[in-house]
Amino acid sequence: MLKSRLLKDRIARHYMLTATVMAIFVLFLIGGGLFLKSLPIMQEKGLWTLLTTSNWRPFKGDFGFASYILSTLYVTGIAIFIALPLSLLTSIYIIEYASPKILRAFSSVVDLLAGIPPVIYGVWGTLTIVPFISKSIAPHFVEFSTGYSVLAAGVVLAIMIIPLIISILMEVFAAVPIEMREASMSLGATKWQTVKKVVIRKSIPGIVAATVLAISRAFGETLAVLMVCGNFTDLPKSIFDACYPLPALIANNYGEMMSVPQYESALMFAAFLLFFIIVVFNVISRLVLIQIDKRYQL
Amino acid sequence: MNIKKLEEKIFKGLMIGSSMLIFGVLLYILYIIIKKGLPSLSWEMISQIPSGGFYLGKEGGILNAIMGSLYLIFFSVVISLMISVPVVMYLNFTLRKKSRFSAFARLTFDVLFGIPSIVYGAFGFTVMIFFGLQASLLGGIIAVSLLIIPVMIRSIDEVAVLIPVELIEATKSLGATNYETIKVILRQLLPGISTAVLLSIGRGIGDGATVLFTAGYTDSIPTSLTQPTATLPLAIFFQLSSPIEEVQNRAYSAALILTVIILILSFSARYFSRRFSKNKI
Repeated sequence: MLKSRLLKDRIARHYMLTATVMAIFVLFLIGGGLFLKSLPIMQEKGLWTLLTTSNWRPFKGDFGFASYILSTLYVTGIAIFIALPLSLLTSIYIIEYASPKILRAFSSVVDLLAGIPPVIYGVWGTLTIVPFISKSIAPHFVEFSTGYSVLAAGVVLAIMIIPLIISILMEVFAAVPIEMREASMSLGATKWQTVKKVVIRKSIPGIVAATVLAISRAFGETLAVLMVCGNFTDLPKSIFDACYPLPALIANNYGEMMSVPQYESALMFAAFLLFFIIVVFNVISRLVLIQIDKRYQL
Repeated sequence: MNIKKLEEKIFKGLMIGSSMLIFGVLLYILYIIIKKGLPSLSWEMISQIPSGGFYLGKEGGILNAIMGSLYLIFFSVVISLMISVPVVMYLNFTLRKKSRFSAFARLTFDVLFGIPSIVYGAFGFTVMIFFGLQASLLGGIIAVSLLIIPVMIRSIDEVAVLIPVELIEATKSLGATNYETIKVILRQLLPGISTAVLLSIGRGIGDGATVLFTAGYTDSIPTSLTQPTATLPLAIFFQLSSPIEEVQNRAYSAALILTVIILILSFSARYFSRRFSKNKI
């Protein structure tokens, strides 16, 4: 009886350990696999050429990623520029000012926004943002824009990363001890002064971490961006021009690449680039967030 | 003195404004999806597979995509549960509380959670080539499982850390082995696990980039693991890129169907997690 119980315990323990190690190993497997696949193109062209030239003629053997990388950066930049102030203001309001009822209601809003699939954001973007840019905004600045543009992708992405930033910021602000706020208010500071001088100042590492996480989320977003960005390889000259971020490049070309091994390796290089940047960003910001958690738990 | 008050007022106004804006955007998205999707939604859409001239605007529905998505997510959730539950149990109830290994594991899962679905898709595709697989239900299941395992682990872990030490100590003091203790705890965790499952279904069913190369697309409902399968996000994506208006309209109603599924999942997840927080010991 005892023996069979102990045996079960041992089997369970081994199974759990195996599952854990396997799940952790996935990260290294993905990194290693993508690296090996992208090695041929890196050896052939050199990392520097791949990253800094913008000639993209796969069937002639030219693989320059510069315009895709710049597209990704533009789109992400716009998204952060829109999303960060809105998320900061909203999460401060929810944590510092709003009643518990509003707090609960708003966390539903954040959850729902976070749950809407990328493809739905894409559909919504093509129905609203794209025509709005092409008809109402762009004519004031440029001669012609289809609306499928850097700006459209940035706006759609901004809405997609807002729930992520808000949910992290809410935790970060809530982690600031109430005593600190009370100390500031008892010295005669107004609520806003307390928020500005105490809560935000104490939360700067957390705000940075949330932003970095949001940037890495925006880097990798594929389908929604693909549907509104226009997919045009030339370097965008204004925010009303079409662009072509890295994830869209991978998604659009996967089918045809099989015939040319170099092409496959180039697209895998794009995936590896995304993977590498996102892993580095994630590790840094998660470590910062863990540190924040620790500091206030004691 | 007045400037102080004025600044407070301005910023409070901005804060309320931005909160309303975000809430407004959510309503606006739902409004547009419903308004565009409702007119061409019909029983035919959800009960039939595409017929011959479907992509030219003739009759048929997207049952292939609905069933494909359901098959895909069902198997992926089963596989992910088989990995995630043991992982969380190991990290929380077998290892010491402050073990370095569990801190490292949690960081890894956080990072995996942040990896975009296109990378999972590309990696899944490489794995498939390695094993000589074509785009198929099986390939899709592999990729989607990889995508949702971190979602599930994080979500179950969130409730597992709340289990009181006393419960563990009580079971152990009665002479239970680690495995038996975990069985007791699992019962406590069931609502949390249900929430995690619903969240992962939502994430997995709505993601198009993972299945783009791994699951392929087809007009029929798959009958074996090696056949390609259609999925809802891709049904929307492909039909939207058609120049024919009827086909585009069907993309909108497919988007409505997907949105309704996601809303139902999301509300039930909230219901379960609220029930759990009421029963907290």
